[in-house]
Amino acid sequence: MPSVQHISAKNGDVVLLVGTMKGAFLLRSNRARKKWDVGGPYSVGSPVYAMALDQRQGRRRLWWAQQSFRWGTTLLSSDDFGKTATEPKTYTVKFPEESGLALKNIWQICLPANEPETIYCGVEPSALFVSRDAGQNWSPVKGFLEHPHRAKWTPGGGGMCLHTILPHPTNNKSMMIAMSTGGVYRTDDGGQTWQARNQGVRADFLPEKYPEFGQCVHKVVRHPAQPQRLYLQNHWGLYRSDDSGDSWQDIAKGVPSDFGFCMVVHPHDPETVYIVPVESDEYRCTPEAKLRVYRTRNGGASWEPLTRGLPQKNALETILRDSLATDTCDPTGIYFGTRSGKIYGSNDDGKSWQLIHEGLPSVVCVRAALIGAGEKSSSRSHRAATKDKASKSRQKSVRGKKRPPAKRQATGRTRSAKK
Amino acid sequence: MPVTFCIPNYLAAFAGNRSAVKLEGSPATVRDALGELWRLYPGLRDRIVDEQGEVRQHVNIFVGGDAIRFTDGLATPVPDGSEILIVPAVSGG
Repeated sequence: MPSVQHISAKNGDVVLLVGTMKGAFLLRSNRARKKWDVGGPYSVGSPVYAMALDQRQGRRRLWWAQQSFRWGTTLLSSDDFGKTATEPKTYTVKFPEESGLALKNIWQICLPANEPETIYCGVEPSALFVSRDAGQNWSPVKGFLEHPHRAKWTPGGGGMCLHTILPHPTNNKSMMIAMSTGGVYRTDDGGQTWQARNQGVRADFLPEKYPEFGQCVHKVVRHPAQPQRLYLQNHWGLYRSDDSGDSWQDIAKGVPSDFGFCMVVHPHDPETVYIVPVESDEYRCTPEAKLRVYRTRNGGASWEPLTRGLPQKNALETILRDSLATDTCDPTGIYFGTRSGKIYGSNDDGKSWQLIHEGLPSVVCVRAALIGAGEKSSSRSHRAATKDKASKSRQKSVRGKKRPPAKRQATGRTRSAKK
Repeated sequence: MPVTFCIPNYLAAFAGNRSAVKLEGSPATVRDALGELWRLYPGLRDRIVDEQGEVRQHVNIFVGGDAIRFTDGLATPVPDGSEILIVPAVSGG
């Protein structure tokens, strides 16, 4: 087994949580974000598709999903950046026997800012689990588990996964989720009922191109200051919604491919979104062998390539749906990991990039956290974004784009990580 | 003669750090024997079988040298004094 290194992080540092196909890693830097220490691997040999750092209520608790080929999938946690890990004696995220389902993987860990004791997990096969006691006890969200569409959802290439969870920032009854395939669903009654919200989103692989559901949505993002505004990276297609997903408009103007997996919104500007397009659903590598992050700063009306410091030849890379992340600093750090095991980062909102680390196993998850960014920092961020939103309120419409015709809508045990 | 489970290294921590667990009584089948094992060490259950009670794909169970996949599965009889091996299968990539 490889030796395990550990990081030490203090307030003001930035930590990257990196999940790979062979375990989890932690990268730490100071606020300059130029030099990085590397910790890990944790859960050696197991794919880690989901990670999160819970800093709510003064916690500093790292969560990650360990998908053992042999022993199944479970959530682990650590309060000391992996030096010691708590693995539950009996698995906490699991389906009730009567569901007929068995957990394959955990794809997403979501920590809603306005419900500090709540954690959500999105899993494969598609289901949403919730804990109301900060991760001790879990149960599936019944209204989604028993959704009448379930029998018609089919797995995409990565599996039948619920990979995106977007709680409404102020309305605890409302939430959006996305899955591949199946598409986007929204609840407005606290999870009792869920409605498909895919009007205008294309499904090229189905006989009906604009079905009510069944789309292969790869990622959806939104900014807390503008919860009704959503951006969506589809399996073919880039979209924006200004009505909480009731309808979607095509915003793939000026990108080399509208196929891709990952997408993030800038933490301080709801109009700014980053993606990394890849070429076709057969090839799935960066177009023209150029590694380019694309950014819009006007809500998707136009996109610009960000290339400074990124290889512009011989760079056939793939960046998966959860492998692009931002910190909350100003200027903001943008980070992504590749299937070839490289981590790139920008400490200036994407203007320039550097190779932070390479030689990792295939990267499937990247998250970034400013240490000590608890409630106060979150509030500052939210206020800043709200101010920014107000200043840009006139830019709400997608400039220069016509809307497509509205289609029919159709407790456990603590283990040393060194063992 | 008691029935004995041989526990793989990774799971020993969930079996009181034991590499072997002897069962009292005389379980008739592998299912019965596993049920007794879960009662003694609940942490083993989720790691060996899934929510539907199916032995995980990359876990093999042998009774007297025979993989239960090729006998009667969980209904495989357990003769008195048997040794039941739980072995991680070849997997990964």
